[in-house]
Amino acid sequence: MKVMLVGVYSMEQLSFEEAYAQLETVVGALRDGQMPLEQALERYQEGMKLVQYCNELLQNAQLSVQQLNVATDGSLSLDDVDLQ
Amino acid sequence: MDSMDDFSLPAFVDGTSVVSVSEFAQYLRELLETNDILQNIWVQGEISNYKSYASGHCYFTLKEGDAQLLCVFFKYARLRSAAPELRDGMAVAVNGRAAFYERDGKLQFYVERARLVGEGALFRRFEQLKAKLAAEGLFDAGRKRPLPEQPAVIGIVTSPQAAALRDMLRVLRTRYPLAQVVLSPSQVQGVEAPASIAAALDRLNEHGEADIVIVGRGGGSIEELWAFNEELVARAIARSRIPVISGVGHETDFTIADFVADVRASTPTAAATAAVPDIADWRGRVEDLSEELTELVQEHLYERKMQIVDASRELLRLSPLRLIDQQRQSLDEVADRLQVQMQHLISLRRERMQGLSLQLHALSPLLTIARGYSVVRRDVDQTIVTSTQQVRSGDTLTIQVEDGYIPVNVL
Repeated sequence: MKVMLVGVYSMEQLSFEEAYAQLETVVGALRDGQMPLEQALERYQEGMKLVQYCNELLQNAQLSVQQLNVATDGSLSLDDVDLQ
Repeated sequence: MDSMDDFSLPAFVDGTSVVSVSEFAQYLRELLETNDILQNIWVQGEISNYKSYASGHCYFTLKEGDAQLLCVFFKYARLRSAAPELRDGMAVAVNGRAAFYERDGKLQFYVERARLVGEGALFRRFEQLKAKLAAEGLFDAGRKRPLPEQPAVIGIVTSPQAAALRDMLRVLRTRYPLAQVVLSPSQVQGVEAPASIAAALDRLNEHGEADIVIVGRGGGSIEELWAFNEELVARAIARSRIPVISGVGHETDFTIADFVADVRASTPTAAATAAVPDIADWRGRVEDLSEELTELVQEHLYERKMQIVDASRELLRLSPLRLIDQQRQSLDEVADRLQVQMQHLISLRRERMQGLSLQLHALSPLLTIARGYSVVRRDVDQTIVTSTQQVRSGDTLTIQVEDGYIPVNVL
């Protein structure tokens, strides 16, 4: 899923995929080049924060496993499941 | 057999005679060929050592219990009888004739037609459903959807008790722990299994969070895997909005589910591997982007720096200071010229002065005085006395001579 984020976003709420996509966007913008220096530096800082964030996510990632259950009324719910 | 009495070896053969192999083989062949029962009989068994050749002929061994029968199914016979595709493990009944193949010294069965029996009936259903769904276009390459590169949520349809699930989770944990797994439990064998698998897949679609779904189970007998050959399951996979990877049984097992799925993986483990990228690659990718980011910003800064260098060079070239320097220089030059001009003017004046002074000197009354003349002035008003009329008795006068003045009183 390609996510294009525009304007203000809260990095802590991004999934790895979204953060990585945003990082690609930032690098792409810098690659295109034509922007004021101040903006380029802002983009750079944003990019480095995303790099750090991505690395943290990669470092701390832990597969979560949930089970999709269906109630008697037909509604679906996700429940934790221990499969160890 | 009674009929045996109708045939005999050449007359000279008796209990003590010796016959050649050819003669023996020919006798045997004739014996088989003239037996009506052996010339048209149905034999049932399981196919093994199946080989088919480019010629279109195929060869196999029909086994049952401890017995086996070499079978030849020639192309013309297969085509004429519209025989089903045969393969190892199939239970079939073959119709044909037995004959002695002299060259190899073996008894062979020449198959004229074949039909599936028992498990063969399952295969017939498999082939029929496969043909039907293929005709509907469910296996078309155009229907296959690409798998998402980074699935955040992975749906799994399988039995929570199955070893296959643990295998898949182990792979996912190692390769891509960023993912979130949503297990949609189902039975994977037995009569309930097809409906259960279809419902579990439908639930994942209804829930809608999974980016990709693995449908699978571990290896087993053909009966145990059979649910994945059922139309219910095939239809559920076909209508899934989420891309589906099938991973059923072992490498050699092909199910209808495999044909309908967007991607067929040979095993559940392979399915899990196909579903996600390797996190190690992503570390590398993030690292690459990080480096590129730094390079890009350095480039930006360098460009700006060069712009500043260029600008300052240009500024220097256009600077008023430079103009002032120029002006200062030309001012110096002008001042210089002024100086020279002035000197020139002054010396010119001086020369003229000297000339005048000489002239003046020549005309000076002092020179006249020096020759013995004198000048008389009235003291009272310093007028020069040139006539007696100008003085009266009692006036004081001064006579200027060459070397001084002589005061006099008029008597």
